[in-house]
Amino acid sequence: MNHWTDVCALDAIDDEDVLRFDHAGKTYAVYRVEDRVYATDGLCTHEKIHLADGLVMDHVIECPKHNGRFDIRDGRALGAPVCVNLRTWPARVHEGQVQIQLEAAGPHD
Amino acid sequence: MTDTTTPGMVIVGAGHCGGRAAQALREAGWTGTIHLIGMERHLPYERPPLSKELLTGEKTAGACQLRSAQALIDDGVRLHTQRVSALDTARRCITLANGQVLPYHRLLLATGGSARCLDIPGADLPEVLTLRTVDDALLLSQRLGAGRHLLVVGGGFIGLEVAASARRAGMAVTLVEGAPRLLGRAVPADIAARAQALHQAHGVDLRLGVLPTAIVPRQPGGVRVQLNDGSHVDADTVLVGIGMKPATALAHAAGLTVAQGIVVDAGLRTSAPEVFAAGDVAEFPGPLSGLPIRQETWFNAETQARVAAHNMVGGHEVVHQPPWFWSDQYDHQLQVCGEPAMGTHTVVRELGDGDRIAFHLDAQERLVGMSAWGLAPRCLKEVKLARLLVERRINARPADLHDPAVKLKALAASTAVLT
Ligand SMILES: Cc1cc2nc3c(=O)[nH]c(=O)nc-3n(C[C@H](O)[C@H](O)[C@H](O)COP(=O)(O)OP(=O)(O)OC[C@H]3O[C@@H](n4cnc5c(N)ncnc54)[C@H](O)[C@@H]3O)c2cc1C
Ligand code: FES
Repeated sequence: MNHWTDVCALDAIDDEDVLRFDHAGKTYAVYRVEDRVYATDGLCTHEKIHLADGLVMDHVIECPKHNGRFDIRDGRALGAPVCVNLRTWPARVHEGQVQIQLEAAGPHD
Repeated sequence: MTDTTTPGMVIVGAGHCGGRAAQALREAGWTGTIHLIGMERHLPYERPPLSKELLTGEKTAGACQLRSAQALIDDGVRLHTQRVSALDTARRCITLANGQVLPYHRLLLATGGSARCLDIPGADLPEVLTLRTVDDALLLSQRLGAGRHLLVVGGGFIGLEVAASARRAGMAVTLVEGAPRLLGRAVPADIAARAQALHQAHGVDLRLGVLPTAIVPRQPGGVRVQLNDGSHVDADTVLVGIGMKPATALAHAAGLTVAQGIVVDAGLRTSAPEVFAAGDVAEFPGPLSGLPIRQETWFNAETQARVAAHNMVGGHEVVHQPPWFWSDQYDHQLQVCGEPAMGTHTVVRELGDGDRIAFHLDAQERLVGMSAWGLAPRCLKEVKLARLLVERRINARPADLHDPAVKLKALAASTAVLT
């Protein structure tokens, strides 16, 4: 099953920025860097802090709480205090809409 | 079996900095023995929750741990629950309170400090508490609760954070501060005034410019605290938050250079060969000013642990990041970055709804620090960008720093770096 969930219009996310997306009881962080989009779990793996309140620089999201950093492309934790990787989800822009794929095989790496 | 005869890495103080340094030694490639010696009966833990989530019950003591017990085992860290009683820099060994002697290849002093106590009659009553350790926090949390009255002595970070936590627990709170304003010289007056207004709005009875002179027991429980303006406050519990004393005794007795803390160079080396110091106890050259400073912050413990570990295995790192800390009070956060003491004036950027960033500039208009106050997480992105400007030593125009229409992100990306 290739089910894509609408998040928002591409224009709703600034370049090098992140948006919080709550869906079916879970929270996600959806990123835009130039015209590509990415999606990860919404909460930091250190403490449950919303990453959408953090800062995106290049392809790195920095958690606002203790500045733990993750690569948004593969969810890799980039050093203490975060050591657990972040789940990523497929994301795309389709007819001006940002969409993420939450079903099918689930998280991808 | 643990080898205690071949000199290994020895870390005195199993707090945040010591615990992180043990981890960083392994990450830096050290495969020999690591002894981590602390006198608290807990695995290394982080202290920020002690005045906040631990008091309000949002976090347990176990959740404050720096790393799991398993991670310490996996790293082969030998943890001793002992006080270190002596350091012999000539023989390169330390002595534990139980008489055991451990030789070192390199030694790290990460002994932190202890809470300062009041020096007035009655300061030793059981109702009078300080807050430094997880045990202190658990004792205090048992005494918090609706219908009771807490008196906080000291309007610094810990006093204010405890006041906020106690109000959230539904408790009456009075706070006395000897100075005419809160937060001392650590933050600009306008931000201190906002913190004051927030505490008052949350029902804290603030008494500025008064000091306690004596504490006497009161029947059937609690204490009466006499103040130097002739008034008194009756309370069930008194929390004294008047700062900490760095634990320099061991270093001092061993003949190391000690000033406000154990004096180290930018690579965290003390005056004794192969002995390093880091965290709250270390007095180091400020990364911007070069002047000796001491930091009592989570970030400092975290970053210095890594620099010390690298240099203990032969590296040549220096502490280069500007200091940084945060303080959470109610739904607000205060942050300070850089060395505001170097500043001669501030430029304020209003973020709206009362959130603001004060940029500290020196006489040459160079950015040397920033202080921020606002609703979290609403303000955090902008504050982080302001911190980046300080970290990257960006040479921004004061007018741009002030004008909310000029995006901080654009300034942070600019290449006009100070030389
Ligand atoms: C209540 C509280 C709230 C805080 N909140 C914040 C915050 O919100 N933001 C922030 O940035 N910072 C905060 N801090 C500051 C931060 O926690 C400290 O800067 C940090 O803990 C310093 O780490 P350290 O390892 O240098 O010292 P410590 O964590 O104090 O560790 C030192 C350890 O060494 C042990 N020791 C000392 N002497 C000996 C000896 N002779 N033998 C054996 N062991 C010894 C001590 O028992 C202690 O366990 C807070 C601190 C407290 C107390
Ligand atoms: S909560 Fe994200 S780094 Fe700590």
